[in-house]
Amino acid sequence: MSMVSKFISSTAIILISINSFADTDYQPLGKAADDLSKQAQWNLSISPTGEGLPAGKGTAAQGSKIFALQCAGCHGPEGIGASADPLMGEVGSLASEYPEKTVNSYWPYATTLFDYIRRAMPINAPFSLTADEVYALSAYILSQDGIIAADVELNQENLPQVAMPNRDGFIAIYPE
Amino acid sequence: MNDSIIQSRRKFLQKAALGGALAGTVSLPVWANSDKLEFPDDLPEWMRIPGGDFSNYGQPSPHEQQVIRWISANPAAPGNGVSWTPLHDLKGTITPNGLHYERHHNGVPQIVPDQHILLIDGLVNKPLSFDMKSLERYPMVSRTCFIECGGNSNSGWRSNPIQSQAGYAHGLVSNAEWTGVPLKILLEEAGIKPTAKWAIAEGADAAALNISIPLEKLLDDAMLALYQNGERLRPENGYPMRLVLPGWEGILNVKWLRQLRLTDEPIMSRDETSQYTELLPDGTARQFTFVNEAKSLITSPSLGMMLPDNPGIYQISGLAWSGRGKISRVEISVDGGDNWVDAELHGPVLDKAFTRFSLPWHWQGEYAILQSRATDETGYVQPTREVLVENRGKHGFFHYNAIVSWEITEEGDINHVYGF
Repeated sequence: MSMVSKFISSTAIILISINSFADTDYQPLGKAADDLSKQAQWNLSISPTGEGLPAGKGTAAQGSKIFALQCAGCHGPEGIGASADPLMGEVGSLASEYPEKTVNSYWPYATTLFDYIRRAMPINAPFSLTADEVYALSAYILSQDGIIAADVELNQENLPQVAMPNRDGFIAIYPE
Repeated sequence: MNDSIIQSRRKFLQKAALGGALAGTVSLPVWANSDKLEFPDDLPEWMRIPGGDFSNYGQPSPHEQQVIRWISANPAAPGNGVSWTPLHDLKGTITPNGLHYERHHNGVPQIVPDQHILLIDGLVNKPLSFDMKSLERYPMVSRTCFIECGGNSNSGWRSNPIQSQAGYAHGLVSNAEWTGVPLKILLEEAGIKPTAKWAIAEGADAAALNISIPLEKLLDDAMLALYQNGERLRPENGYPMRLVLPGWEGILNVKWLRQLRLTDEPIMSRDETSQYTELLPDGTARQFTFVNEAKSLITSPSLGMMLPDNPGIYQISGLAWSGRGKISRVEISVDGGDNWVDAELHGPVLDKAFTRFSLPWHWQGEYAILQSRATDETGYVQPTREVLVENRGKHGFFHYNAIVSWEITEEGDINHVYGF
């Protein structure tokens, strides 16, 4: 091998080793997920405008039976005063000396109630209730403080319309 | 090698013998001229008997069994509760992984890593999913920071001072080195639409915990953490992946992260409306109070300890942290806040991380009130309890960061007190 060709081959080796370092910091490895993104199990969150609510319906009368079976054990038969968070009563108590933050006194959106029951309740069996059962439970809880009338059948159209007593009670600290 | 050891041992024996003679002892020590060593009985057992076996994964000494997380859970739903870091038993700044505080809403999921993905969707150009294998190939960063539950220290709102050890009242905060992929990289790969302002993070636990996070924070210093203090995340801290948002309250650092959905508005989930909001005396509530403001705590001496020597010199030591940046100053008072002295800050002082401080104190047996007061680099000064309660009332529950007062009695006992 001549000196020239030796020089060329060693230069080539140097160039190859330089090129083996990446030009960019990383390789995009995310997999296209358009279909996944549309599936129900990836669309659990329900917005205040009702986006994400499933079809279904339920009344307080139906919810009352489910409540006794699935909820009263931890939340108490009156939905307050037991080991789990209070749900009903105490509307108007927030500025008093002993405020109670129940669903009905404190929560600003009824959609949050549906969202939370569906994803997390009952605590020993999340996602075990049907959409109809969650509508019925929501109707039962809200009707106990007259937020909706006792005979209202809640569904994906009217649940977002429910006016919660503390709808305007929050002051956003972010953004500062 | 062996020869030289033997030689030096002989020299030692000779010198020892010589020393004994020069010192005028009547006879040479017995061990100097005998084959049998007489002193081993005076050595501890662990120098005479070969030690224990190697271990595949080390555990603390059995003599440290009292150094534990204290669990406070709902008896009716044992997966719903907290466990507290024993800050009073720890020194330095790094929380061992087995002692990092926990807040679970419905137990610790046992996630099979190759069955777990992160989905980024919503207001992006192309929804993407990432599995563990692909995430391992992304550039990672390491960052030491604290994570503090928004409900930490909430017993401070009560009318009477709780008589719990420092960590068991204030230990819903821990400090670790987290390693993972900057979220900015993954979000930009999906392509952020201009209308996106928030991301709804969702965990893969049995509470499917969801919460809205400003996109601005995710693009700033947020991380998809895969490692905690050098090892894979513990199941109770989000295995196989979690959010770490330095300086922002724990609930936002979603564990077992399965989804980030970009939106234009917050979702108003349970944990950003009914919880982690602070009720004020007029009945309104502060919402989206993300930052953990500056706070400090004397961990030693603290309740549960006592001062054995009177008079005696004691090292006042504690931790300070701020969600707004670095701790710039910690002052200590031993007289209930009348006089303050700067404590020494132990470096490196890191952004949004625990800073250890200390100050030697010569206790003369007098009644004393020990306090620490933190200031961060923005100039924010940790408030007294009186000021905090005046500003927020007593029903805020979250974000209690007032100065903590330890009463030292003339007998050297330590109590938690208010009013200073």
